Amino acid sequence: MSAAALDATADGTSVALTATGAWTVERAAELERIVDAAARRYQATPSIDIDLAKLERLDTFGAWLIERLKRTLIAAGATARIVGLSDSDRGLIEELRLVNQAPAQRHARPNPAVAALDGIGRAVAEMGWSLVLIAHLLGALTAAALRTIAHPTRLRLTSIVHHLERVGWRAVPIILLSTFVIGAILAQQGIFRFRSFGADIYVVDMVSVLVLREVGVLIVCVMVAGRSGSAYTAELGAMKMREEIDALRTMGLDPIEVLVLPRVIALVIAVPLLTFLGSMAALYGAGLVCWLYGGMAPEIFLERLREAIWLPTFEVGMIKAPFMALTIGLVACVEGFEVDGSAASLGQRTTASVVKSIFLVIALDGLFAMFFAGIGM
Amino acid sequence: MSSNAAVISVRDLVVGFGGVTVLDHASLDVFDGEVLGFVGGSGAGKSVLMRAIIGLLPRRHGTIEVFGTDPALADEDQRRSIEQRWGVLFQQGALFSSLTALQNVQFPMREYLKLSPRLMEEIAAAKLEMVGLGPDVHEKFPAELSGGMVKRVALARALALDPDIVFLDEPTSGLDPIGAAEFDQLIRTLQRTLGLSVFMVTHDLDSLHAVCDRIAVLSEGKVIATGSIETMLASEHPWLKSYFQGNRGRQIAHRVQH
Repeated sequence: MSAAALDATADGTSVALTATGAWTVERAAELERIVDAAARRYQATPSIDIDLAKLERLDTFGAWLIERLKRTLIAAGATARIVGLSDSDRGLIEELRLVNQAPAQRHARPNPAVAALDGIGRAVAEMGWSLVLIAHLLGALTAAALRTIAHPTRLRLTSIVHHLERVGWRAVPIILLSTFVIGAILAQQGIFRFRSFGADIYVVDMVSVLVLREVGVLIVCVMVAGRSGSAYTAELGAMKMREEIDALRTMGLDPIEVLVLPRVIALVIAVPLLTFLGSMAALYGAGLVCWLYGGMAPEIFLERLREAIWLPTFEVGMIKAPFMALTIGLVACVEGFEVDGSAASLGQRTTASVVKSIFLVIALDGLFAMFFAGIGM
Repeated sequence: MSSNAAVISVRDLVVGFGGVTVLDHASLDVFDGEVLGFVGGSGAGKSVLMRAIIGLLPRRHGTIEVFGTDPALADEDQRRSIEQRWGVLFQQGALFSSLTALQNVQFPMREYLKLSPRLMEEIAAAKLEMVGLGPDVHEKFPAELSGGMVKRVALARALALDPDIVFLDEPTSGLDPIGAAEFDQLIRTLQRTLGLSVFMVTHDLDSLHAVCDRIAVLSEGKVIATGSIETMLASEHPWLKSYFQGNRGRQIAHRVQH
């Protein structure tokens, strides 16, 4: 296969351009340069014949470049013709003569400053809108829950148990491990600092209050949002993409009742249980570090624990858990339903689900702190 | 139309999953410049054979040669050059959902060729126009396109590098009869204009009749028959008889005779 070229023979006021070699995709970049150079050079020539008789091979790329050459020359005021067309190439050249006739639609790039402002505005509006959607879903969920209470047979027990296994039971090992480590780290840091005051024993107060009131439930919620919230969003999003949710609707089933309610109920049951287990694991870790690193006998640790905490300390953590679970579930499902057709939006929504639910859980924790301070717990 | 050179040749291919053998010593040739229709019952393994040829499924036994080279045994450069010479239209289109229609068609060019952005855009627009889509779809995302348009964009993407072979997995499934007939016509036109060889998995008897030069039939893991539609209609094989001479088949037979 010889190299592609465009040879020119001038004859008075007319020029014959002879295309040789293979005008195919492999040489498209080189051919474009040849064609552009020819177009510049012969734009003042009144009559041009483009001879294709010596072509070895032609494909869409080559044919388009010849068509483009012809159009450029004609636009410059020349008479350009394609001659020497073989039968096998005729169809292709004819086909490309018809394409790209409409003026290309140029999309004006917006001013970057305006685009930046536009982005900020959209992000703020989106944030507000997502709160509206969460409120909307909470309402729809409450309605579905009330309907289910009125007709208990409509409760999807199998589905709840299935999700309970996924978000609860299977989360136990990782929750136990991470809270155990967190408890141990808190105790180690506490012992290290408090020792300089000779106040080692107060490590127990610090760790137990911190774990039972705040850290236990927060760590569990962060883990659950990352582990189960993201899964909910991805599942519902994929179902939305594949029109499964529309299918449910057309069968007269409420997607909220069928998909959201069991998932949220499972979370609301699982998170308090996980919080309890996590808090215990954290205290266990703390006790172990106090014993092995701080030299505090387990009996002393337990004795101090009894004095440091009372029932409300434990209750504060546990009361928060179901509300945080509800928040995670709502955010995850809202984001799942917001997925549109593209794979990128599935990714964005899953990220948004985790980020928003963790942020809202922390915000909610702040509100609870004020509330419990107000009622003296 | 078809010369004797086989662009794809499959010999004694065995493909299975776990304990199930889907293809059991299947052999098949696709000749240069022909449209081969590949039929078989649902679940017979038509798509499996196609996916084995394009290297998406591992095989247990047998040889597959595309342009005289076995893609599985070729080194990376050879395999890439083979991949540039085929285009695949997946059953669901498989357009990249985060790219616009125009970007989808440009994608193979962007990956394989060093072209100026202007030329890429023009060629992509030309390909879209050749499959019957105007500039209004350029900036649309796959989620905003109808089923028929998705198939057309996917066909334009399969043709992006001017391949020598295109694989079409049920190109007309999910299209209405008018859309399907137009699509058949489009495949025929493009095949003639671009001199393609086409490997078409299909269930559509109308497509078989309208487009295919030759038909291959897959049953029980083997290619049990190849030939023109007339040969198929004349066959006494029970499966072929029920496929081509069932209620739907008879109408085609009627048309062939008149």
